[in-house]
Parts: sequence; structure tokens; C-alpha cells
Amino acid sequence: MAAVMPQTTHSPAPPPAASRLLLSGNEAVARAVWESGVRVAAAYPGTPATEIIESLARYPDLHAEWSVNEKVSMEVALGASMTGARAFCAMKHVGLNVASDCLMTMTITGVNGGLVIAVADDVGMSSSQNEQDSRYWGRFAHIPVLEPADSQEAYEMTKFAYALSEQYETPVLLRLTTRICHVKALVTVAEREAHEPAGFVKNPQRWVMVPAHAKQRIPNLFKRDDTLREFSETTPLNILEAGNDRRVGFVASGPAYMHVKETFPDAPVLKLGFSYPWPPEKVRALAAMCDHLLVVEETEQLLETEIKAAGIACHGKDVLPRIGELSPQVLLPAVDRLLGKAVPPPAVADAPLKVFPRPPTLCASCPHMGIYYTLSQIKNLIISGDIGCYTLGAGHPWNALDTTICMGATMGVALGMDKGRGEVDKNKRILAVIGDSTFMHMGMQGLLNITYNQGNVTVLLLDNNTTGMTGGQATPASGKDIHGKTAPRVHLEKIVEALGVPPERIKVVDPYELPTLFKAVRDEIKVEGPSVIIGRRPCVLTEEFKPFRPYLVEEDKCTGCGNCIEVGCPAIHVTRRDRVVKPSGREVDLAFVNIDTQACTGCGLCVQPCAPDAIVHVPRHDIPIHIVKS
Amino acid sequence: MSSDQITNILVCGIGGQGVMTATEILAEAAIAEGHDVKKTEVAGMAQRGGVVTSHLRFGPKVLSPQIEPGTVQVLLGFEGAEALRWSHYLRPDGLALVNNAKLVPPVVELGLFDYPEDPAGQMRAAGRRVVSFDAMSIARDLGEIRLGNTVMLGAIADYLPFAPEVLLSCIDQRFERKGAKVVEANRQAFAAGRSAVESQLGATDKQTAPA
Repeated sequence: MAAVMPQTTHSPAPPPAASRLLLSGNEAVARAVWESGVRVAAAYPGTPATEIIESLARYPDLHAEWSVNEKVSMEVALGASMTGARAFCAMKHVGLNVASDCLMTMTITGVNGGLVIAVADDVGMSSSQNEQDSRYWGRFAHIPVLEPADSQEAYEMTKFAYALSEQYETPVLLRLTTRICHVKALVTVAEREAHEPAGFVKNPQRWVMVPAHAKQRIPNLFKRDDTLREFSETTPLNILEAGNDRRVGFVASGPAYMHVKETFPDAPVLKLGFSYPWPPEKVRALAAMCDHLLVVEETEQLLETEIKAAGIACHGKDVLPRIGELSPQVLLPAVDRLLGKAVPPPAVADAPLKVFPRPPTLCASCPHMGIYYTLSQIKNLIISGDIGCYTLGAGHPWNALDTTICMGATMGVALGMDKGRGEVDKNKRILAVIGDSTFMHMGMQGLLNITYNQGNVTVLLLDNNTTGMTGGQATPASGKDIHGKTAPRVHLEKIVEALGVPPERIKVVDPYELPTLFKAVRDEIKVEGPSVIIGRRPCVLTEEFKPFRPYLVEEDKCTGCGNCIEVGCPAIHVTRRDRVVKPSGREVDLAFVNIDTQACTGCGLCVQPCAPDAIVHVPRHDIPIHIVKS
Repeated sequence: MSSDQITNILVCGIGGQGVMTATEILAEAAIAEGHDVKKTEVAGMAQRGGVVTSHLRFGPKVLSPQIEPGTVQVLLGFEGAEALRWSHYLRPDGLALVNNAKLVPPVVELGLFDYPEDPAGQMRAAGRRVVSFDAMSIARDLGEIRLGNTVMLGAIADYLPFAPEVLLSCIDQRFERKGAKVVEANRQAFAAGRSAVESQLGATDKQTAPA
């Protein structure tokens, strides 16, 4: 069969059945969701899960949506399931925390149409605030957990999950990790199957979860656990692979299985595709055939603890790390340690050479630069932050963000600081920074709480008209839906006013206009009570952004003051450094600069602090045509 | 650890440079040759400016998607310091093909860190086999800076366990929709990338990766 590339743009016809496609785990899950006849699929963007719904939005015959947060996405999926439709929701690990309120009761009602929750753990923390292990939710909510090890398995297990979900009337947790979501591998696909919803059947004892009804149903959870544990012993998703080298036998799931097979091809392995409830008899059978049992799991000591509690001796986190990704490089010395072998130190040739760190940067012309440059110039601020590209404000050169916890936390934290502060912080001004998408996700309640409880907080609402950090997804305030089609546009000013902020305390400013922005911040932090400054400019990576004429530095005028570097733009580069002694005797470091005109899109932020007016527009005839969009 | 039948290629650079797309095209070529393929996409948290690596593994059957340090046959570096950062992933006999672009991040401009002097030279001093060239000026000479990525693909074309034409035909397919002129421009860029490396390394070293 010929390999066919997946579509990367809107396409009316998905690749036909029997195509072999190079798909990421996320794309493979999406294909399987579509093939399973799912009618409703919902998510809020979150790395590494974002591309599942992005990919699903390109398939016909289903409703795909960006929900405002993960809890809502799960509720939408549940509602669809109640009507008998197959339903799906996807989220990153921390998103499941948000959705867990729904999950913990949805497990009691159970589902009607098959319902699969894909949760993507950011093992290794490439883009998250923590590294939590979502397999715990399987135990907590008494629902089965499936763990694919590559794209083909992600595809197959998703389809299997729908049958499982309907057979046992349970939501199913499909646990992915970054090394599933963002690894591309070949997948052979099939047709979409029709799945007509059976219809909603009124049944208050099942769907109205008041105490009397819940009490009747909770024993079902424990029965279901027992039934699924028996199922776990027989399902082909849990395979005991006998091997010849029986010194160490491995229990592994997800990508960890691939690392084990790569590193110890001759060892016996129990591969757990259906990892909760896990099969005790299969684990005992493995333990009986090898000298040592090693549980290889990302990331917590979870299976290991449960296997030990079942009376089966095993190793795990005594030799393996408790945080970060596993890999052959990690497994090999761990097994050597287990077998009492000396572990050689890494070869010198393999040691990394020292190179400067390269943290992510704000883009040239990013409107957040104007905000953080301004905040960095004002003293005596405590700046509560949130999650998005603007979290980068905590870094150099701005150092203008003091907290980041979780989605929407900024205003709750800011109010707590305001109410809790003592004499020592009395003269400080408390600000809360939040982006437009995060504000609508979980930030609005925090603002309502500030106005209701009469806090003294200045809120900076950074409206760049998109969910920037995950790649520019539409939001309710962008006026577009997931397909890029027109959707009702909510007005942030009106929401802010409705949440109790006095109209005269709501300012909308252009973050490129530094003097206006500076004055707005200065004025509002002096005022007692809540105020909101909306900084409005489109993200430079969205269609709404139109580049301006780029700038250059007139080298003979540059005095090396370095003011422009403090803006933090990646298009500004130092050409020469110098150190001079001022008449006062003070030593001053100078940095002479130029601007990469290929990268500059002409926001003009650096022009404003330039003392000698050395930054000027590139002459029109020098502008490369492709820089200037029509 | 990794089987000799598996080819490990590490492509590295900075967000926005086209690292992932280049690796995708390499993966397509490996698939066209009948290989099993795994390709990772590991980028940092923001859209632009951070470190990006893409791991490509292909062969009869690929298990772990991750490339281990010391196991890379060919390192394709889109930027000098980034190639240096990942050079310990090379096998002792591995080959680094490095675009000697110098992209200096704000933390260096702020004076907090130094950009390494001559990254390719440092790699050579550490005993690595390195070919460095200026993909961007080659592209500029061809009249279009955006051809730089195809120059990079041309650079690696003779050091894969299959014929360069396989990779070239995948590039052709990518640009087919954009018309014959674009296809031809990319063919020129591909050829220029090949000769940039061959002029330094000679023809003898070609296809160092296992066939």
C-alpha cells in the first residue's frame, strides 16, 4: 500500500480506508474517534493534546468544538453521551484537574453512548507547570485506563475504548504522554462506522445525582472494578511476552514498553495496554518466571505500590527515577544496579558541550513586550501572573511577573495578597496579568471575586485575540469558531463591566503606545478598588496581524545606551560592546545595536525608549516584498 | 542499545526555522523506501525562538522513538550553537552537517551569556566530523531566502541509506501544487546543498549511514 500524507489543511475527504499514514499519536486518536462514529468532540487547547481536536475539526460528520475550558468540554461530551451519541473530550493533564468535578460524578451515572477521555501527560514538562500522573484518576474515579505505546496503538485503543465504554457503561480514560502525542509513526486506517444515537431516556435515578440516587449507584463502581479486573486478565491488550533472559522481568505500559523492548529484547515483559484495573494473575505469572520483577512506569510509583500491596515482590522507583522521561539510557544503568553490576560512568565523548540556554522568547512585535517593558519600568509592584505566552514576562529582560500557578489563578492570588498583606507590603501595588483566552477559561470568576469582595487590584487583561501559546486557536472573543467560521463575538469590556468593575475603571489601550499604556497603569494603580486595563493587539502569528514597515538603526547615531534592548525584542542584536567612564567617575557598559530587518515587523516599541532617535524606518525601496503583507 | 539496522538522524535548530518540516520530508523519503519510521517533535513551550529538535529513526522496525546520546549517524544542524548543543548525540563516526547561521537570543544580547566562538570549530576540536556551510547565503544567491530548508535537505541527501533522488522526489511532491517554477527552484537549492557538502567532504564519504 502506498503511504499517503495526512492532510494539513481543510479537506472534504479524509484519506481512504487501508491508507498507511504517518500520524502523530494525536492525529491517530483523532482518526479513530472519527472512525468510531463519534458525533461530538470537545476540548480546550493544551500541550501536548491540542492537535487531537484540531485534527478532528478537519473530519466531516461530527461536531468538533473549542470549549471554554476542560470541565465544560467533558460536560458537553457527557450530554452527548446521555442522548446515546458517541462522544469524546481531550485535555492535557492539568486540564483533567479542572474537569475532575464532572468526572467524579459522571463515573457514577455512567455513560450511554461511548465516551472516551483522552488525557495527555506532559512527562518531562516541556510546556507545563507540573508533571502529574493522570493514571491516578483511573483509581480515584473507578474507570478503566488504556495506555498506548505508539500511534498505531493509540488508533487501535481509541476504537477499542468505545466498545469497552458501551459494554460497561463507563467513561474510559485514554492516557497519552508527550512521546505518544508528538511522535509520528505509520498507522493503517479504516472506514468510519455509522453510530446512530439511541435517544435520551428519562431516568432520574440514573441522571439526577442527588444523594439518594447516588447512594444507590455507587456500589456499581466497585462491581465494575471487579468485572474489569477479570477482563484485564483476558484482554489481548495485556500481553505476557516470554523471553529467554529471565534475570529481570518487566511490567511496562505506554512509551516505557518501547524503551524496555529496545533495551532488553530478550527479557520477559508484561505489556499493560489496559493498565487499570491491572491483572494480578498475569503479574504473578511473570514474577514466577524471572529472578527480579521491575515495574517501569512514567512517572509515579503507582503500579509498583499496588503490585507490592498485592503481595508480589518487585522493584521500580528504588532503581528508576521518579520524575522525567524514561529512555533506554535511563533503563540500562538502572537494571545494572538491580543486578548488582558496576555502572560505568558516561563516556567523556558523550558529555554535552556547554552552550548558553535558549529559553523561548516573545516574538518580534509581540504586544506582550509593550506590557512587560512598561511593568519593568515601574517600581513597587507585585505582579500576579497566569498561564500563556505572557508567562514569559517572568524572564529576561523584564522580570515582571511574580507568580504563576494554574489557569486563571492570577486574580484569586492577587486578591489574597491584597487582603493578606501586612505593614511590610502596605505601599506596594498589586497587579494581576491574564490573557484573553485564560480569562474566559477560568479567570472571569477570579475577577468577579475581586469586585464582590472589594479588592484593590489592577488587572491587565492582555487581549491578543487568540489562544497564543498553543498555536493560535480561536476563542469566544475572536469571533471565529474552530473551523475559522464566524461565531458570535463576546466583548471583553462588557464582560468585565458585568462582573462589577465600574465603567470608569475600564481602560482599553494599545500596548504599542507606550506613553498611553504607562499612564494608564500609573493612574489605575493609584486608584483604590478594582480596575481593568485591556491591552488590545492581535498576536503576531494570527491572520489579524499586519506587519508594518521594519526599522533599522542608524549606526552613527546609536550611543550604546541599551534602552532598546530592555524591550526584549528578538530582532535587536548587539554589534559592539564598550565600557566608558562618565565624568562622575561611574563606569557604564555600552551596547551598540542593529535591527534584523528580516525579523522586524515594525511595531515601533524599541523606537520609543531610544534616546538619540537612532531607530528609523527602513527606506521603502529596501523592503523585501514578502515582509509586507497586503 | 539501538540496532545497527536503525538509522538515527537528529535535526536541530530554533522554533520557526523549519526543523520539523524538514524532518517530515526526510521521514516521507524513508517511508517511500519501505522503512518503518518514528519521528518525534519536541519543542519548548512557546511558538518561537526556543530550542527545537526532531528525532528521526527508521529501519525494519523502530521501537523507542527517542534517539540516545552517542547514537546519531547524521546530525543536521540549522544553527551553529544548536548543532554544538546536541553534538554529543553523534556516534564517534557520525557526521554533522551544520548551517553556520548564528541566531543570537535575547539572553546573549543582554550580556547574560556568551555565544560560543566558532561552534563548528569546537565540534571539530572535540573530534567530530563536521561540514559547515552557509545555507542562507546559498539560498540568497538562488534568489529566495526561503529555499534554505531545501539547501539543508540537499546537504544530507548523500548521507542517507538510500538514493538522493528518493528525497528529491519527496521535495518535488511537496511543492508540486505551487507550480513548475517553484519545483525547479527547489531542485536547484537541493543540488546546491549537495555540492556545498561534497566540495568539502569529497565524494568518497557518501552514504556513511548503513545501507
